[in-house]
Amino acid sequence: MDFALSEEQQMIRKTVRDFAEKEIRPIAREIDTTGQFPWEIIRKMGNLGLMGLPIPEEYGGSGADTISYALAVEEISRVSGSIGITLAAHTSLGLYPIYRFGTEEQKRKYLPHLASGQGLAAFGLTEPEAGSDAAAIKTTAVLDGDHWVINGQKIFITSGSIADVVIIAAVTDKSAGTRGISSFIVEKGTPGFRPGRDEEKMGLKGSVTSQLFFEDCRVPKENLLGEPGEGYKQFLITLDGGRISIGAMAIGLAQGAFEAAVKYSKERVQFGQPIARFQAIQWMIADMATEIDAARLLVYRAAWLKDKGVRFTREAAMAKLYASEAAERACFKAIQIHGGYGYMKEYDVERIYRDNRLTTIGEGTSEIQRLVIARQVLGEI
Amino acid sequence: MKIVVLIKQVPDTTEVKLDPRTGTLIREGVPSIINPEDKNALEEALKLKEQMGAQVIVLSMGPPQAEDALREALAMGADEAILLTDRAFAGADTWATATTLGLALKKIGDFDLVLAGRQAIDGDTAQVGPQVAEYLKIPQITYVRELVVEDGKVRAKRAIEDGYEEIEAKLPALLTITKEANTPRYPHAGAIMNAYRERKVTFWGVKDVDANPEQVGLQGSPTQVKRSFSPPPKEPGQIIKSGPAEAAKELVAILRQKNII
Repeated sequence: MDFALSEEQQMIRKTVRDFAEKEIRPIAREIDTTGQFPWEIIRKMGNLGLMGLPIPEEYGGSGADTISYALAVEEISRVSGSIGITLAAHTSLGLYPIYRFGTEEQKRKYLPHLASGQGLAAFGLTEPEAGSDAAAIKTTAVLDGDHWVINGQKIFITSGSIADVVIIAAVTDKSAGTRGISSFIVEKGTPGFRPGRDEEKMGLKGSVTSQLFFEDCRVPKENLLGEPGEGYKQFLITLDGGRISIGAMAIGLAQGAFEAAVKYSKERVQFGQPIARFQAIQWMIADMATEIDAARLLVYRAAWLKDKGVRFTREAAMAKLYASEAAERACFKAIQIHGGYGYMKEYDVERIYRDNRLTTIGEGTSEIQRLVIARQVLGEI
Repeated sequence: MKIVVLIKQVPDTTEVKLDPRTGTLIREGVPSIINPEDKNALEEALKLKEQMGAQVIVLSMGPPQAEDALREALAMGADEAILLTDRAFAGADTWATATTLGLALKKIGDFDLVLAGRQAIDGDTAQVGPQVAEYLKIPQITYVRELVVEDGKVRAKRAIEDGYEEIEAKLPALLTITKEANTPRYPHAGAIMNAYRERKVTFWGVKDVDANPEQVGLQGSPTQVKRSFSPPPKEPGQIIKSGPAEAAKELVAILRQKNII
C-alpha cells in the first residue's frame, strides 16, 4: 500500500494550486457577486490542458489519470466552487461519455475542440419530472430517415446554454423501459434546440445552470452515442465517474473553508487571547481536519480504482456521500468559528457554505448515494 | 542558437517558518521550488526559442531531489536537462558552485547565451551568475529586465538604482534576469505528464565534467559559513521633544558626538 502521490500528480497539484491562487482567487468573489461566467479563466485553463485532463493526448487531452484530474478539481474548488463545478461537469459528464462510448469518428470530431477548452461540453439528463428517478425521463427521440427527431425538456444542466455540445438522454423505445433510453450528441445551434433561462441559484453563481428545450430538433443519425437502448447504462457509468469529481469538489471547498477558519482562529482575539486557544474551537478544527482527510482518502481511492479499471460504483458513491456531507459540516463549523463575521459576504466562508450546498444534491442526492451503496452491499433482496 | 539556463532548487521561503526557540529555519515539510528569478530566466529563454528558434538546456547543481525542478523546467518547455549531482559537489560556496557550473558549460559547449536568475531566495548572494561569466571569460550583463538578440549580439536593459542602462555584448554572453522581465508560464498538464513519462534528466558527477575534486564542493570553497544567526532586534529610536531651534541644536550635538558629522 502506498499513500503517496506520484511525482507527476504532485506537479499537477502544485501547478493547479499556483494557477488557482494567482489567476482565480482575485476574481472568485466577484464572479459570485455578478454571476458573470469566467470565460477568460476557462480559456486559460484550456491552454494549460486542464479542460481535458483525463482524455488521451491523441484526442486533444492531457493524458493524465483520474487522480490527477480529481486533484485539479479539488484545487480549483478550494478557491472557486463555480469554476470547480464547471470543470467537473465539462470533463466527467461532457467529455467522458464521448470518449468512453463514442465511435472513433465522434471522438475525432468532438474531443480535440472540447478537451482543449475551446468549447464546453454539457450533459442533459434531469427533467422536471425526472430527478432521482432518472429513468422517468420523457424526452423522446424518433428516427426519421437519416435523422433523430428529439422533443422534450431538460433542467438544471450545468453549462447547458453556453456549451458547444450537449450529451442528452432520450427515450427511443418506450416499451423497453430502461433499455429503451439512448444518448445523443447535440450541437449548439441545431435547429429546434433552444436553451431556456439560466437559473438563479443559492451558490455556484459563477457557473451556468440552464433549461434546455428540444422542439422537433433533428440531429443526424450518426450523433447517436453508442448503440440504441444503451443510454441508461451509459449514464449510470458516467455518473459513477462524475461522483468522484463532485467528491473532489467538496474536498476542495471544505479545505478552503478549513484554511480560512484556521487562519481566523489564530487572529481573532476574545477574552484576551486568540480564539484558537479555546478548546471549543480546537475541537471543531480537529473534527474538520479529520473528516476532510477521511473524505480525501475515499475520493482518491475511488479515483485509483477507476484508473485500475476495477468496478468502483460503490466506492464512488461512498466518496461522494461522505465528502459532500463532511464538507457541509466543515463549512458549518468554519462559519461558526468566524461568528458574526462568517455570516457576512466579506468573508469567503459565507460563499463556500452556499457553494458546497449543491454537493449533497447534484449527480445523485445523498439519499441516492445511500441507495446505491445499500444495493451494492445487500444485493437483490 | 543554444541557450543554457542555470536554475537552482530552493525551499519555498514564503512557507518557511522560524523555530521560535533556536531562531533557525524549519525546512522540514517545506516544498521545494525553482528559484523564482531562475524561472524568469527560463521564461526569457523559452520566449527566444519561440521567436527565433533555439535549443534550451537547463543546468542545475544540487542533490538528487533537484531532479524535480528540472522536470518542471522540461514541462515548461526546456529541451534538455542536466543535473550536476555528486557528493564531491556538496558544501560548495558560490565560487565552487560557479566553477562546477562553468566546467559543465564547457562540456556542453557551443552555447550562445547563458541565462541565470538575478539571485536565489535562499542565499541572496547574486554571485553565481557573475562568477560563472568570469570563469568562462565571457561578457556579463546583470539585472536584466529586457533583452534582444540580433546579429551575434545581445542588447539588454539593465536595471540600476534610478533607471536603466542599455548594454550591448557579443555572444556568447551571460545575463542575469530580474523578476520584472516577464511572467513565467505555467506548464501544460500534458507536458507535465510527458516530463515524467518520456523525457530524461542527465546526471553528471565529478568525473563527467573533468573536475579536480579540490576545485569543487567544500574543498574548493574559499569561503565558509561560520555561524548563522538572526540579526539583533533594532534598538528603539530617540525622540527629541524640545522646540524646533532647540531640537536642531541637540540633534547636531548628538550627530557630532557619534562622529556622523
